[in-house]
Amino acid sequence: MADISIQTAETTTRRSRIRSESILPKLLLSPSLLAIIIFVYGFIGMTIWVSFSNWSSASMDLSLAEEPFRTYQRLFEMSRFQIDLRNTFVFTLFFLVISVIAGLVLAILLDQSVFGRSVFRNIFLFPYALSFIVTGIAWRWVFNPETGINLLLDSLGLNWLLDRLGLPEFWPPWLTTPDVVGDLGAVIPGLGGVKIPLGIPLAMIPVVIAAVWQLSGFAMAMYLAGLGTISHEIREAAMLDGASTWRIYRDIIIPILRPITISILIILGHVSLKIFDLIYAMSGTGPGFATDVPGIFVYEQTFRATRYNLGAAASIIMLIMVSVVIVPYLARNLKEL
Amino acid sequence: MAVPVPDPITPKGQQQSRLVRWTLFAVLCLAVLFYGLPVYVMVITGLKATADVSLSSMWAPPTELDFSGYRDAWTRLSPNLLSTFLVVIPATLISGFLGAVNGYLFSKWKFRGSDILFTILLFGMFIPYQSILIPLIRVLREIGLYGTLPGLILVHVVYGLPITTLIFRNYFTNIPGELVEAARVDGDSVLGIFRRILLPLSIPAFVVVGIFQFTNIWNDFLFGLVVVPNPDRQPIMIALNNLSGGFSVAWNVLMAGAVLAALPTAIIYILLGRFFIRGMLAGSMKG
Repeated sequence: MADISIQTAETTTRRSRIRSESILPKLLLSPSLLAIIIFVYGFIGMTIWVSFSNWSSASMDLSLAEEPFRTYQRLFEMSRFQIDLRNTFVFTLFFLVISVIAGLVLAILLDQSVFGRSVFRNIFLFPYALSFIVTGIAWRWVFNPETGINLLLDSLGLNWLLDRLGLPEFWPPWLTTPDVVGDLGAVIPGLGGVKIPLGIPLAMIPVVIAAVWQLSGFAMAMYLAGLGTISHEIREAAMLDGASTWRIYRDIIIPILRPITISILIILGHVSLKIFDLIYAMSGTGPGFATDVPGIFVYEQTFRATRYNLGAAASIIMLIMVSVVIVPYLARNLKEL
Repeated sequence: MAVPVPDPITPKGQQQSRLVRWTLFAVLCLAVLFYGLPVYVMVITGLKATADVSLSSMWAPPTELDFSGYRDAWTRLSPNLLSTFLVVIPATLISGFLGAVNGYLFSKWKFRGSDILFTILLFGMFIPYQSILIPLIRVLREIGLYGTLPGLILVHVVYGLPITTLIFRNYFTNIPGELVEAARVDGDSVLGIFRRILLPLSIPAFVVVGIFQFTNIWNDFLFGLVVVPNPDRQPIMIALNNLSGGFSVAWNVLMAGAVLAALPTAIIYILLGRFFIRGMLAGSMKG
């Protein structure tokens, strides 16, 4: 009798243990998942609601607008938001291309036997540890047109040299110019409806330089990690075939690094679509919104002008842009899990 | 007579001429000039006396070292430095611990749909936070945490969950499943296995996550800006940005302030760079 009862008790504990083993992990995960469901997905849903609502002043009004897309329509008709989208495109393009090239070149240089390799690596990566605010403040001082880099280059004799060569002196206004170079809208007929010049705002150049300064080290570190995984046999085999160093990199190593290039483009690309702090501290909206971006637009419309539905709509456009880049990346990642 | 020393063989087994090596070195030194430029300006300007900060001598080192800029910056920013520490330390510890538990469960107790749930969680670290701010402020007001440091801690813990979970999940994935299996057969519980087997092995992951979150939260601007409006309690980056917006502030004070604000993360980077790089790469690579 006693034997049987013990056996039953043991079976029950085992059964209950198996049950708790299947429930407990889910139970322990649920607070975090619930927090993310509310704070990420729930809040995004509420922001979408606000973007369709009549809430455009300090007093809350969550009633839905008669025409649901009125706020979005108004947003895309605003020349400031058109400028913001153009600026984001220009910034992202230049920032990505320069960062990837700089990161790859630095990584390849550090892949050679050079004196002080790890010191160089640590110097190039250092800006990554700083905040965008510190970066923005330091570079704003460097690009001060009267005193900054212009003065340095002048005292190093650049303008004396240019003068000797009969060229105009180098004294660019950097962040202080509203000028936009080129206008695609004038060339491509379908873009005639756009109110703003679709060119390159010159004030964006210093911002791109500062962003490259801060984040190209990330690209370099990614490439260095990738180079570390390429086996010596591959390089040695290529060298025995008599290939030059340049050809080994061009034909063998850079193609192997392709997946890393894609990861860098996705990570830095989504950072640049969200960019806010750096530009906010460095130049703000800039002259004639020359350095304005959606991140600044959302902050100012929402928390300064209290046009909540407009700010919400612009933030949803930002979310869509980031999702276009990130969702395929996460989906590919999920398949490999 | 000097003994001829053979050229060192590179790790790739390749001989490089002296000319090539010196050219590479020179190119890298040029790059150092670019990367060092803003840091040089920050450091020398912060050490100048206010009268010494003239527009024409911006690039010249200070004629004599003067710490009045640092004294002034410290007076203005020390309350904000303190409140930043009060946010960063608990937020880093809590989000690190939660990330460890989540990462353990996602890697060692997979169930149907757990990978999808993990991906859903991960999406949270990529969103532009602008798209959640309006409801966030609303909810913080409702629960009485708006404008408070605990409110800001809560925000950083929640939005830090994806990255801390990711780093720990990748770390634990590399720990053999047999260890867990053996403990399970011995009758250890879900949390018992975590405490007795995984936790003692996870100190490197805690260091990586700790450094990564400390840096992220210390450098945060947007959350601090909208969650804590009170200037005396605002985190350091908001206070520093306000300092730079005021026209009455001398450049030496501002640059000294920028150095003070950058110092904690810079020190961590210099002392623990190896772990820092690992955290940085973990955010973008699969384990």
